[in-house]
Amino acid sequence: MSNVMLEVRELTTKYITRFHEDVYAVDHVSFKVEEGKSLGIAGESGCGKSTLALSLMGYYFPPLHYMSGEIIIDGRNISGMQPDDIRKSILGTEIAYIPQSAMNALNPTQKIIHFIEDVVQAHDAYVTKKHIYELARGAFETLGLPAEVLQKYPVELSGGMKQRTVIAVSVILFPKVLIADEPSSALDVTSQKMVIKMLRNLMTDGFIKSLIFITHELPLLYNVTDDIMIMYAGQIVEKGTAKEAVFDPLHPYAKGLMGSIIVPESGLREVKLTAIPGVPPNLKNPPSGCRFAERCKYVRPDCKAAVALHELEGGRAYRCVLTEKELRNAYQRETYQNAR
Amino acid sequence: MLAENDLYLSASGLTKVFGFGRHKTIAVDHVDFNFHKGEVISIVGESGSGKTTLAKMLLGLISSTEGEIYFQGKKRDIRTQKKKKEYWKNIQAIFQDPFSSYNIFNKIDAVLLDCIYMRGGRHLPHAKKIELMTEACSFVNLKFDELTNKYPFELSGGQMQRLMIARIFLLKPKILLADEPTSMIDACSRATILDMLMQLRNEIGMTIIFITHDIGLAYYVSDSVYIMEHGKIVERGSADDVILNPRAAYTKRLISDVPKIYEEWDLSTV
Repeated sequence: MSNVMLEVRELTTKYITRFHEDVYAVDHVSFKVEEGKSLGIAGESGCGKSTLALSLMGYYFPPLHYMSGEIIIDGRNISGMQPDDIRKSILGTEIAYIPQSAMNALNPTQKIIHFIEDVVQAHDAYVTKKHIYELARGAFETLGLPAEVLQKYPVELSGGMKQRTVIAVSVILFPKVLIADEPSSALDVTSQKMVIKMLRNLMTDGFIKSLIFITHELPLLYNVTDDIMIMYAGQIVEKGTAKEAVFDPLHPYAKGLMGSIIVPESGLREVKLTAIPGVPPNLKNPPSGCRFAERCKYVRPDCKAAVALHELEGGRAYRCVLTEKELRNAYQRETYQNAR
Repeated sequence: MLAENDLYLSASGLTKVFGFGRHKTIAVDHVDFNFHKGEVISIVGESGSGKTTLAKMLLGLISSTEGEIYFQGKKRDIRTQKKKKEYWKNIQAIFQDPFSSYNIFNKIDAVLLDCIYMRGGRHLPHAKKIELMTEACSFVNLKFDELTNKYPFELSGGQMQRLMIARIFLLKPKILLADEPTSMIDACSRATILDMLMQLRNEIGMTIIFITHDIGLAYYVSDSVYIMEHGKIVERGSADDVILNPRAAYTKRLISDVPKIYEEWDLSTV
């Protein structure tokens, strides 16, 4: 039995808007990430992926508020800790976060090494600068970045290089969990590949113990992570290994997402892309029953009642009133009709 | 064989040089092409390969250093503002960033009314204008009644990009230039937008030029693909030829950099 690095139990967080309305962007989410494993989170924009990432750090600032649930990192419960304690002892050393726009995450008036000094000294004020430099150079070389980057200003680096620098800085204190929120969506394909290669190597090089990767590009998730979790309207709708989630999805929403994959491989042109009609519901007043019912092809009258997450064997789970067999039959019938 | 008057846009020896002397940058280097009616073309390249500069020249936003652009067989003449406006009735563009494509002070009905005016509909009765706008909005699955009193920033990225297509639906240009139309919206709305563009192509026989770095998208939508590297076109041909049997080393590299799901994605080649 391997160690559970991150465990989330029924986490619920909400935004309070200017007009004092509650928006539950993360709604009773629970999952586990084991040591040496990576978890991918997919979904449309506005489904709560990024909010989940922010909530996992346990560091809340308005308009985001903590409601209920537990976040346990390597046996240590961090929910309900004071913000100051979280900054000192959790961020960077236990859990680290790579934002979507890493381009703006670096201070333009500081050299990279000075930025790293700030980061390290915020956690331990008695480390010497020489020691930090050695630490940073070692980390950069292992990750395949030239050590000259340390003496440069952010403006001197290209977009892909900046993104990789941010990743290197975020793992410099060996966090147990790394959360990467769309780290490559602003980059072109070659830089994207370098970033992905680096993320994949972080675990084997011993910088991090588990990875959470958030993106809407499913081909990317399939290549990076072991498990995939699909979110819709703040809830988990599908959980499974990468292969299961991509090639054999159970939830109709997951099935719809797979229909929008574009990869340059033969046979793609013959497949018709299937877009899901409509938009995700407004989370200010979400539908009472299944949240996907409005856009679902297989909708039934009993979809109006609340739906629980069905756990299957082997860590798979889906949130639908239809049974596994009924869903599979429906998909098979559809494939058959399309073929005719 | 395509007839002579089906030739919409062509160029010979098109070149753009920025700066001079030591700081000279050749952004587009002797590019030739012939785009026909109803054809879907993709121009694929990395950032810095000159594809946006090429697009700007085709739109007439910047002048070319050398070479000529021919529109419907005749030399393009956009030396005066009036002629430029005449030209823009035939060629329209969708840009990458829907948030910066609109005039933030104009409401959405003003955006759409502008398009009707541009097609000479200024003197139409009011009810007819509303009918046209409603039709355009329903084509892109938006509800005109809900949009009328809104400003563009009140919409989501996907909705704005669809409104952009509603504009194109009203304008019915001969050529549409789509500069990275889907790179800022998520994968699910991407399928919707591509579907709508293809439908437009089938209905009004529009030529669509996609400018993109997403080689998967290029393969999915286009009839012919042009691969650009450092301002030069290194490979061209039908989509199946170029993407499935690439010859140029640059094309091979671009394809290997895209994540795959059916084949093994080789990460060692970076």
